[in-house]
Amino acid sequence: MKYFEDIAVGERTAVGSHTFRADEIKAFAANFDPQPFHLDESAAESSHFGALCASGWHTAVVWMRLMVNYRRRMAEAARTRGEPVAAMGPALGFRELKWLKPVYVGDTIDYASEVIAARVSESRPEVGLLSILSTGSNQHGESVISFISTTFVERRPMKP
Amino acid sequence: MAKLHWEDVQPGTVSVYGPRLVTREEIIAFASEFDPQPMHLDETAASATMLGGLAASGWHSCCLLMRIIADGFVNKTHSMGAPGIDEVRWRKPLRPNTRVRVRTTVLETRAPRSRPEFGFVKCRFELLDEHDTVLTTLTCPLMIARRERGVRA
Repeated sequence: MKYFEDIAVGERTAVGSHTFRADEIKAFAANFDPQPFHLDESAAESSHFGALCASGWHTAVVWMRLMVNYRRRMAEAARTRGEPVAAMGPALGFRELKWLKPVYVGDTIDYASEVIAARVSESRPEVGLLSILSTGSNQHGESVISFISTTFVERRPMKP
Repeated sequence: MAKLHWEDVQPGTVSVYGPRLVTREEIIAFASEFDPQPMHLDETAASATMLGGLAASGWHSCCLLMRIIADGFVNKTHSMGAPGIDEVRWRKPLRPNTRVRVRTTVLETRAPRSRPEFGFVKCRFELLDEHDTVLTTLTCPLMIARRERGVRA
């Protein structure tokens, strides 16, 4: 990953995509969000969603997994080039998370993330803080999720 | 017990749900599947990070909070889900073998004019450890079906 100084506001990353299967939707919901419309097809059909759909938390954590995979690929490529890898994280939290459309069985969600603000941390001047807008769209091009997270990233070490 | 409608939820109500013991094994299992970063997977690697030791993924904290409020509150209402989350702050790391609870404060209830079938219940949820230290705060509006369509309580 790049250091804080090498990251430009407006940089956009194609994070990856994921197709949600019925079994994983139900398994996630059974663990973390056991509401009938995330657990059972017939209960979901009689709900306002009309069909089994993923927990919004599930849609969000799949972004995290794909983002970690993306950062690993970038770190690996940097090491291959003999370049240092800046530490990223932890995140402080997120805001304005919107679940815009349900994610139904078989939907493929394509995630992207964009740096929308960057500043040096006041409490920890050795690290930068990035605001990142992440979005997910389904195979019809409809946005299903968006949120803004804030995370630490290492600054470029001073030259001796 | 009959499930609650939007009209049954009163602003200002404070409730505590849980407890639930969060184990090292489940922290690592969640991270392995959804957030495989060193600080959530391995003590040695975690001690070299800003978190200073193994801690649950922030997303895991959110998911545990969701499960606790689903069992304690949401599934006892005519829930219609939530349109999103206003804000989440990961204030303190969630460490292995912490017994967590969720303090829920109903901030406001509001019925949209355009959608007579439900109302919003805006809540602040705080994930607490056994010393009542706030680890994570989450603010969001829940959607709960109305008993009487379009009639204000």
